[in-house]
Amino acid sequence: MKLTAVWAIYRYEMTRFFRTLLQSFISPVISTSLYFVVFGTAIGSRIQEVEGVSYGAFIVPGLIMLSVIMQSISNASFGIYFPKFIGTIYELLSAPVSFLEIVAGYVGAAATKSLFIGVVILGTASLFVDLTIQNPLAMIAFLVLTCVSFSLMGFIIGLWAGNFEQLQLVPLLIVTPLVFLGGSFYSISMLPPFWQTVTLFNPVVYLISGFRWAFFGLADVPIGISLMAISGFTALCLGIIWWIFRTGWRLRD
Amino acid sequence: MAPILQINDLKKTYKGGFEALKGVTLDIEEGEILALLGPNGAGKTTLISTICGITMPSSGSVTVGGFDTVAQYRQARSLIGLVPQEINLEPFETVWNTVRLTRGLFGKSRDDAALEKILRRLSLWDKKDSKTKELSGGMKRRVLIAKALSHDPKVLFLDEPTAGVDVELRKDMWDIVADLKRDGVTVILTTHYIEEAEAIADRVGVINGGKLLLVEDKTALMARMGQKQLTIELREPLASVPAGLAEFDLTLAQDGAALVYTYDTKQDRTGITALLSALSGAGIGLRDISTRQSSLEEIFVGLVKESAA
Repeated sequence: MKLTAVWAIYRYEMTRFFRTLLQSFISPVISTSLYFVVFGTAIGSRIQEVEGVSYGAFIVPGLIMLSVIMQSISNASFGIYFPKFIGTIYELLSAPVSFLEIVAGYVGAAATKSLFIGVVILGTASLFVDLTIQNPLAMIAFLVLTCVSFSLMGFIIGLWAGNFEQLQLVPLLIVTPLVFLGGSFYSISMLPPFWQTVTLFNPVVYLISGFRWAFFGLADVPIGISLMAISGFTALCLGIIWWIFRTGWRLRD
Repeated sequence: MAPILQINDLKKTYKGGFEALKGVTLDIEEGEILALLGPNGAGKTTLISTICGITMPSSGSVTVGGFDTVAQYRQARSLIGLVPQEINLEPFETVWNTVRLTRGLFGKSRDDAALEKILRRLSLWDKKDSKTKELSGGMKRRVLIAKALSHDPKVLFLDEPTAGVDVELRKDMWDIVADLKRDGVTVILTTHYIEEAEAIADRVGVINGGKLLLVEDKTALMARMGQKQLTIELREPLASVPAGLAEFDLTLAQDGAALVYTYDTKQDRTGITALLSALSGAGIGLRDISTRQSSLEEIFVGLVKESAA
């Protein structure tokens, strides 16, 4: 692996982020504050504690996951779709780089951006509720893995998309419902038994559950299974990207 | 010495079934400038794209510096710089950043002095902090060249470098190519403009319908295929070519005020001496004479017509 090439892509992608740093910082702060006003204060005051955790604090991991997943997908999909759209992709295809280097550069940059946003949300949330993180290392590991795996997924969407509508399609139609129904704002145990079973087919459940475990020691599914799910998802995305670059699907004629 | 670029029976059929390259074989020597001439859709860009890794060959092979462009793509592509036909630049990025990206992509470590040299040579230095969208069309093309040169390629592909470029910039571009040749860079350029090939190329290839019709040394090509015309302006206009001059390939021009004699430069005897004495024998007075060599353009049009027939 040629680190010079990875660094060149990473650095180039990050300059775009730094150009709009203020926007990147303000928008998650505002949206998180809104969530806390609506869910934490207005609704949360009428909801009892969830398994010993105040509702305001309970939704923090879900909120972070929600934004991080959406941001990872949009950053990474846009990052690789944009060169395709304006034609600068020729440079990537004619450069002496392997797919791993391209992925490391683009996905690394996209994941860094969403990690930054995740941290900003965590910081904002701590202004509204008392937060203690029981397993900080596990929390960081889950956050990083989520950023990376969903950036990989976004990268695939960006490679696949043939126009801007398609770029929006998957996040809107598939990811948003999965994330909202993945237990961001509730515990799976609050659902009727049938829906609890259905929910287990939603991969996001494992992420949020694992992440929440890192905060409060509470989990809907065992932590080991959460880790396996996210690792499997990462491997699947990498496999798909490897196949795309090997066959040139939607990349090379 | 082995050729720097070897193309061996390269074929490319696109998914829709269009055969863009029908078996191209070509060797290019280090340090030469090859101009690929051909009409739109001849396969010029496909040929370049296939060598550079933007499209995959259907069959055949290409080596650059001895490295196969598919199996040893890292080594092969490191040697190549590509200036695409379309002006593809990220509009919000500065000239400096975009050139620096290319150098990094090609695995070269940061070298600001080298980039400065390239930008200065292309008169881009004072624009280095400008966003590319703020530049004129000609400047953007220079940025593309700067990017392609940023990693010191041994082989440079210029895909229609002067399409839509004004005369002055075109001359500049030719000077840049001449400079590169002096540095030992091999340049392959595609063009519609015959005058461009005539001005800067060492060899000329003519491509049409996915086939390479010929590749030849430019001067040899012009000498081999070039016919010359001798125009003789007359003192008195003639109504027709006099019968005594029938053995010569003569036509009347300028309403009979001139005779045009077409001859082949590669023959030992051009027949000019005989023609002139025949003219004087027939009592025809001359005002002036001039000769003209047929240009590459005429050769080219002739070839393309032939291949279409």
